[in-house]
Amino acid sequence: MVDSSKISGEIPKILPWKQDHGTAEFPGEVYNTPGGGILLSKLDNVINWARSNSLWPLVFGTSCCAIEMMSTASAKYDWSRFGFEVARATPRQADVIIIAGTIVNKMAPVLKRLYDQMGDPKYVIAMGACATSGGPFFYNTYSVVKGADHIIPVDVYIAGCPPRPEALLHAMITLQEKIRKGLTREQIRMPKPE
Amino acid sequence: MNNEQIKIAIADLLPSAIIEESSEWLTIHIEPVDWLPLAEKLRNTAELYFDYLFCLTCVDWKSHLTMVYHLTSTVHRHTLVVKSKLDRDDARIETVTMIWRTAEFHEREVYELFGVNFLHHPDLRLLILPDGWEGKYPLRKDFEDPVNIIKL
Repeated sequence: MVDSSKISGEIPKILPWKQDHGTAEFPGEVYNTPGGGILLSKLDNVINWARSNSLWPLVFGTSCCAIEMMSTASAKYDWSRFGFEVARATPRQADVIIIAGTIVNKMAPVLKRLYDQMGDPKYVIAMGACATSGGPFFYNTYSVVKGADHIIPVDVYIAGCPPRPEALLHAMITLQEKIRKGLTREQIRMPKPE
Repeated sequence: MNNEQIKIAIADLLPSAIIEESSEWLTIHIEPVDWLPLAEKLRNTAELYFDYLFCLTCVDWKSHLTMVYHLTSTVHRHTLVVKSKLDRDDARIETVTMIWRTAEFHEREVYELFGVNFLHHPDLRLLILPDGWEGKYPLRKDFEDPVNIIKL
């Protein structure tokens, strides 16, 4: 037990529960007026902000990185805190695909199909060395695709073999920031409204 | 049975078998032609009763191939490793699918990856490699794939 009377010094200005855990401030300004207020914002920003805070991943793991991904989903790391909520077993209900593991030539068409079946907007995280480049040990072989970006566009890459859950969480928060800034491949590809 | 007793039994079944005991499991080296009759005896003799083929694989030694069979008995709890040298250019050995059903898939895998021809196999075709894969055996040491494999 910590005796609170022995703690000296000032209370830190940023309280732990006020820190930015990836859930950014609402993109807009509120002008208080008598009897309420006016909110000024851009609809695109509001949509991106909303989308970035509710990204459901697809259940997709092809090797050891999937173990780290499961760990990230479970109680200790708990990606639900950042809006990743639950992994969905169907691409129709998923927003983000985390490529957790090696992609072999036989798996490549399956991955492509899963990506195609996901509804827009959709995002991709390539987790670990295999998904980014083919991997440290499977690289020189007849069966492995040398990076998942040969098959589908990737937004965020994570280094590591396998990356720790913290690294995956960091990548997820990076993806959220990219979505808010409108810089994911999906958003770049979409035609700009006139 | 302990290893000594298995040794005596093997010497009785197949005098030409070379017995090697350098590791935990007793290993015997046999000629490919002796494999099928020996396998039947190993499976059906009551004292041996090797009813479980828990590993079937192949090793490429560049000069030859070696088939490796790991057998165990769920009744007697003893284990035996059978090895057999195959000619690299004309690798052929009798199938043991009829004795241990599990061999069917394992032999298909060895067939596609090492090019061992299992005689009288009921369904010898590719298992994991994509359809249309022909001629090259990826786990052989001299396998070449200029598209996917970088040579240093």
